[in-house]
Amino acid sequence: MAELKTDKTADQKIEKKATRAAYGETLIELLNEGIDVVAVDADLSGSTTTAKLAKVAPERHFNVGIAEQNMICVAAGLSLAGKTAFTGSFAVFGTGRAYDQIRNTVCYAQLNVKIAPTHAGISVCADGGSHQMVEDIALMRALPNMRVLVPADYPSAKAALRLAAQTSGPVYVRMGRSNVPIIYDDSSPVTTASTLNLGTARVVREGSDVTLVACGVEVDQALQAAELLAADGVSAEVIDAFSIKPLDEKTILESVRKTGAVVTCEEHSVIGGLGSAVAELLVEQPDASVLLRKPLQRIGVQDRFGTSGDFDELFAEFALDAQAIYNRVKQL
Amino acid sequence: MAFNAEQVRQRALKMRRDIVDMITEAGSGHPGGSLSATDIMATLYFGEVLNYDANNLTWQERDRFILSKGHAAPVLYAALAQAGYFDRKELATLRKFGSRLQGHPDSRKLPGVEVSTGSLGQGISVATGLAAGLKLAAANGDSATDVDSSTDTDPSTGANSSKIPFVYALLGDGELQEGQVWEAAMFAAQQKLGNLIALIDNNNLQIDGELAEVNSPYSIEEKFKAFNWQVLTCKNGHDVEEIKAVLDEARERALKALAQGEPSSPAPTVIVFNTVKGKGVSFMENKADWHGVAPSKEQKTQALEELGA
Repeated sequence: MAELKTDKTADQKIEKKATRAAYGETLIELLNEGIDVVAVDADLSGSTTTAKLAKVAPERHFNVGIAEQNMICVAAGLSLAGKTAFTGSFAVFGTGRAYDQIRNTVCYAQLNVKIAPTHAGISVCADGGSHQMVEDIALMRALPNMRVLVPADYPSAKAALRLAAQTSGPVYVRMGRSNVPIIYDDSSPVTTASTLNLGTARVVREGSDVTLVACGVEVDQALQAAELLAADGVSAEVIDAFSIKPLDEKTILESVRKTGAVVTCEEHSVIGGLGSAVAELLVEQPDASVLLRKPLQRIGVQDRFGTSGDFDELFAEFALDAQAIYNRVKQL
Repeated sequence: MAFNAEQVRQRALKMRRDIVDMITEAGSGHPGGSLSATDIMATLYFGEVLNYDANNLTWQERDRFILSKGHAAPVLYAALAQAGYFDRKELATLRKFGSRLQGHPDSRKLPGVEVSTGSLGQGISVATGLAAGLKLAAANGDSATDVDSSTDTDPSTGANSSKIPFVYALLGDGELQEGQVWEAAMFAAQQKLGNLIALIDNNNLQIDGELAEVNSPYSIEEKFKAFNWQVLTCKNGHDVEEIKAVLDEARERALKALAQGEPSSPAPTVIVFNTVKGKGVSFMENKADWHGVAPSKEQKTQALEELGA
C-alpha cells in the first residue's frame, strides 16, 4: 500500500488559502463592477471576511450582532429594496439556527438572498462538534428554489460568489475556515475556475477505473488519493461536483459509464449531501442495474457529530483523508 | 383626497363582511385576529395613510406594508380587493386549490403582498431590512427613489428624507413572544430606522388563551421604550378617527426626525393598538376559540346580520 505524504510542503511548495478568504474581497470586486451588493453578518464579519466590505463601503455592511434569524430576514428586506444581499456567520448558525427564516422567507418568496456562511464542515477543527456543521448541504438541498454551490478552493470560491451574485434568487455557497490547496488556476481554459457554472461539475483528473466525485476540501483529498492509486496502477477519475444543486448529471454519468465504480467524497454527513445526490441520480437511471459494476461508496461523516482536533487528526478520525479514500477504493 | 371617517368606517364594515364570508366559504381560516385588525387596516389603506397605487405595483416610492401576523391574511385580502389589487369576487377562492389567496400571504402569487409571511416574527425582521434598504437607496440617489436634491436633504445620509418610503408592519401581540421580534427591534433602533412603523394588534388573546396566562409580553410599551423605540398608544383600535390621528402623529414625528437627521437620531416607531379579538361579531368577541375556526353557515348568517348585511 502506498504511503500518503501528509505534508507535501517538504518537497514541494503548495499554495494554500481558505475559501472564506474569497468572501469580502469578491464582494468588493462585485461592488466595483456596479453590482448592488450588501452584506449582512452576525458578529463574525472578521472571520467570514465580510468586514473587508465594511471598510470600503460601511453603508453596505449590516452587522446585526449575534442574531442569525434577524440576519436572514434583514437580508430578505434589503433584497426587496433591490439589493443583492449576502448573509454570513458560521455555517452551523447561518443555516441551522436560521433554517425557518431561509425556508419561509427567502426560499418561499424566492428572494435575491445569498446564504454564504463560512466555517462549514469538520475543517473548522479546534472549535469542536458544536461548530462543525455537517448537515448544511442536506438542509439547503431540500429547499425548493435553493441552489447549492460547494467550492473546493479559493479561486472556485470566488467563482461561486460571483455566480451567486449573478443568479437571481436564493443561492447557498459553502465556505470553510482552513487553508486548503489551490486547485484551479487561470493558466488555461481547462484549469480556470472562472468557467465553473451552476449545474457544472469539472473533471479535474481523468481516469478509467473508478470515479471519485468530491466537493469542497475533499476534492484535494481525492486528488491526493488518485496519486496514491496511480502508484498501484489504479486509474482514478476525479470530479469536482462544485454545483450540488443543480447537479451536473451529464458529467457524472459519462464518467460512471466509463469506470463503472463511484466513490463520493464530502466533508459532510453521508445523509443528504453529495453522496445522497449522486446515489439518487444513479439508481434512477434506466440502466441502473448495470451502471455500477461495484457498489457505490460514500466517504463522509458517518451519522455522528464532530470533535476538536487539528485538520490531519480529524480527517483521519472521520476517514475523510486521502488515505481513507485510497483504502475505500482498494476494498472495492 | 381628505380623510373621511365615515367612508373608512364603511370600508371597514365591508371588509368585516368579506372576512366572515370568505372564511366561511373556505371552511377554515383566522377570523378573530382578522376582525381585530380590520379598523387599523381600513385606516391604513383608505384613510390617506399608506402611499400606494394598485395600478403601479413597481412604483418605487410607494410605502410598503408587511403583514407580519400572516395568519390574518383575510383582513389583508379584504383590504387589497377594495384597494383594487384584484377583483373582490376572487375573495371566495380563499384557501382553495389553485387560488392566489393562499392560507397565508404569498408574494409570488398575489399582487399587493410585498413579502410572503406566515411564520411569526419574520415579517417585522424583513420590514427592518427593507426600511434600511430604502434609506440606503435614497442615500445613494438611486433612480429607484428619484431623490430631488433641492429640498429637505438629510445631512447624515445626503438623502431627501421626505422621499424615503415608509415601511409599516402589523404584528400580533402573541407574536411578540417570538425572539426574532426583539432581534429586529434592537437592530431597527441601532440603525435609526425612522421610516419603520410597527403596528401591534393588541387583542390580548392567542390560540391557547390569554397572553397574560400563556406567556405575558406586557408591558409592550415599556419593552419597546427599553429598546429605544418611539412608542405611541391607540386606546381604541376600533375608532378610525383615533387610529388616523395616531398614524399621522407617528409619520409626522418620524418625518421631522428624518429631516433633521443626526444628532436627533430618528427612532423607529411602534404603535400599540388596543383591540378586541373578533370585533364586530358578538359571539366571536374576546374569545380565543375564534382564533382559527371558520363559522358555520348559520353563524355566518348571524354574523352578517350583525354587520348590517
